[in-house]
Amino acid sequence: MRRTILPLAVLASAFVLGCTKKSTTFDPSSTATEIRIGQFGSLTGGEATFGQSTDKGVRLAIDAKNAAGGIKGKKINLITEDNQGRPEEAAATVKKLITQDKVIALLGEVASTRSLAAAPIAQQYKIPMVSPSSTNPKVTQIGDYIFRVCFIDPFQGPVMARFAFNELKFKKVAILRDLKSDYSLGLAEFFIKKFKELGGEIVSEQTFQTGDSDFKAQLTQIRGTNPDAIFVPAYYTEVGLIARQARELGIKAVLLGGDGWDSPKLFEIGQKAIDGAYFSNHYASESPVPATQEFIKKYKEKYGETPDGLAAAGYDAARILIQAIESAPELTPSSIRDQLAKTSGFEGATGKITINSDRNADKEAFIVQVKDGSLKFVTLIGP
Amino acid sequence: MEEFVQHLLNGLNLGAIYALIALGYTMVYGVLQLINFAHSEVYMVGAFSTYYFCRWFGLGDSPGWGTFVAALLVAMFTCASLGLFIERFCYRPLRGSPKLNVLITAIGVSLFLQFSGQVVFGADPKLFPQVLENQILFSVGAIRIQLFDVTILGTALFAMLSLNYFIEHTLTGTAIRAVSFSPKHATLMGINVNRIIMVTFALGSSLAGVGSVLVGLKYPKIDPLMGLLFGLKAFVAAVLGGIGSLPGAVVGGLLMGLSEEMVVAYLSSTYRDALAFGILILILLVRPAGILGQIRVEKV
Repeated sequence: MRRTILPLAVLASAFVLGCTKKSTTFDPSSTATEIRIGQFGSLTGGEATFGQSTDKGVRLAIDAKNAAGGIKGKKINLITEDNQGRPEEAAATVKKLITQDKVIALLGEVASTRSLAAAPIAQQYKIPMVSPSSTNPKVTQIGDYIFRVCFIDPFQGPVMARFAFNELKFKKVAILRDLKSDYSLGLAEFFIKKFKELGGEIVSEQTFQTGDSDFKAQLTQIRGTNPDAIFVPAYYTEVGLIARQARELGIKAVLLGGDGWDSPKLFEIGQKAIDGAYFSNHYASESPVPATQEFIKKYKEKYGETPDGLAAAGYDAARILIQAIESAPELTPSSIRDQLAKTSGFEGATGKITINSDRNADKEAFIVQVKDGSLKFVTLIGP
Repeated sequence: MEEFVQHLLNGLNLGAIYALIALGYTMVYGVLQLINFAHSEVYMVGAFSTYYFCRWFGLGDSPGWGTFVAALLVAMFTCASLGLFIERFCYRPLRGSPKLNVLITAIGVSLFLQFSGQVVFGADPKLFPQVLENQILFSVGAIRIQLFDVTILGTALFAMLSLNYFIEHTLTGTAIRAVSFSPKHATLMGINVNRIIMVTFALGSSLAGVGSVLVGLKYPKIDPLMGLLFGLKAFVAAVLGGIGSLPGAVVGGLLMGLSEEMVVAYLSSTYRDALAFGILILILLVRPAGILGQIRVEKV
């Protein structure tokens, strides 16, 4: 009873909300005085800090451009939609951005599951979409209008595997992955493959689902196999709880993870339990690269806080898109797409970015360690 | 073996919390024959009331028994008030109208609270304040008995025993049983049925308050939709044990917690939620009244 009524009610309310805004007729190519860019992200929900950080990074780039006079005299109008961290909502908001707001390009998402939900729509309408930090390889395989400015999991997974095996000298690793997340499943897969190749042993493979809060059963099983480390490719909310419950059960193994951990909330939820864990990231605030330090300075001036990796990725995505729009001979989605594909050697806050023929970025990964509620830069691992 | 005992402990803990919430469903069903779907949202509001209470009074940084008891009282009071409010303004005006109308109202109230919760509290998960410092009391091999586990089991047990005493040995408790047996006859015996229904709502809701603090203690992540699945499972636990039966709710809750833990441990987490509803279907097929429930003859 309840099951059927719930989605119906949600649908109905979405319909009512959707109808309140009349669609505006807007033709981006001709007489427009502004350039409309759509952004979709998880501003609320279980991964809220992802969307919020990315949004701050994107705004920093766009506001700076507008303050400097915009692109060819036209101001950039960023239209942001919240998808509450839900894939179906991501698809709906992207459709709205394209058909009602008539955006010329799209920025988003962080989570691969939501990028994968939105990308087919962007591809269908032939609107270029730049994902700042979705790392699952399938995202850009959707079509030739889908780009990303970050590395992909077939790179990120092996990086952590190499680091764990060669640097930390771990031989036995347990895996705890999220069945509902494309990101988590993919990253775990690539990690396992490389780790076994190096001669390591995967002693236990356990699963959970996004939104779970009890991981004791899985962790108790893992505890029985006595691993050196537990690889948890997941998002920060779950990771924080997993870390706590692992320590409660007396598990001393080191926790390892990926870029999905990057959020101030990780320390808030995980507290002492997360200390000493390592993860691979798009950026480290201690990186000596001038472009990174310049970004951090500007970000601090505007928001008064140290940016996380997703803010940096958002900033890069927006700047690469701006550069493509600027260099495009005409203001059409297809022209912008062609320019995006030509991006090469871009000095971004997350490192040097070159878009390859698969529309992914070739770049290095940072390994950071959690220490006393902040991230310490450990090493940089290249392709 | 050690692992099995640890799973048993974890399951008992989870089960005890399910049982507390299930009691609320079963009590209201007992007196009104209404499945109060808003109960899971009362539980959610309870958790948030503690969250804000601890923030306003700066108690989040001072874990201890005093804070724990204060948190419990605040959650119980808020939940009881909300339960009473819902009963007074949503269910009472519909007393006497077809059961389906009241049921739909219950679903409406539930949805209303869920989505208003997202507006008022925000949709992102919050960290439940640490009201008690966890520590290991003693360990046998790899099995660790922790303060949280003992506190959760102890508090749940105490709440259930108090409820049992109240229902079985006080005048009001007897009146509740009388109303549950037959509201019409209870009225004839001079019992104010409306008052008894209010007491039932207050009691059931305050148990949800206790449950919310215990959940917050163990899984310190709260969000406005936290009641949805948790409440649904507690409801299944109530049906499993026999809806309307208090011992049934406890048995159902414990069974639910244990089987969920075992399934995740020895099968896969994929079946975690499927299991709850699988059990429900099975029980309804074999024993439609639940494990400890009695089949009531519906008089036409």
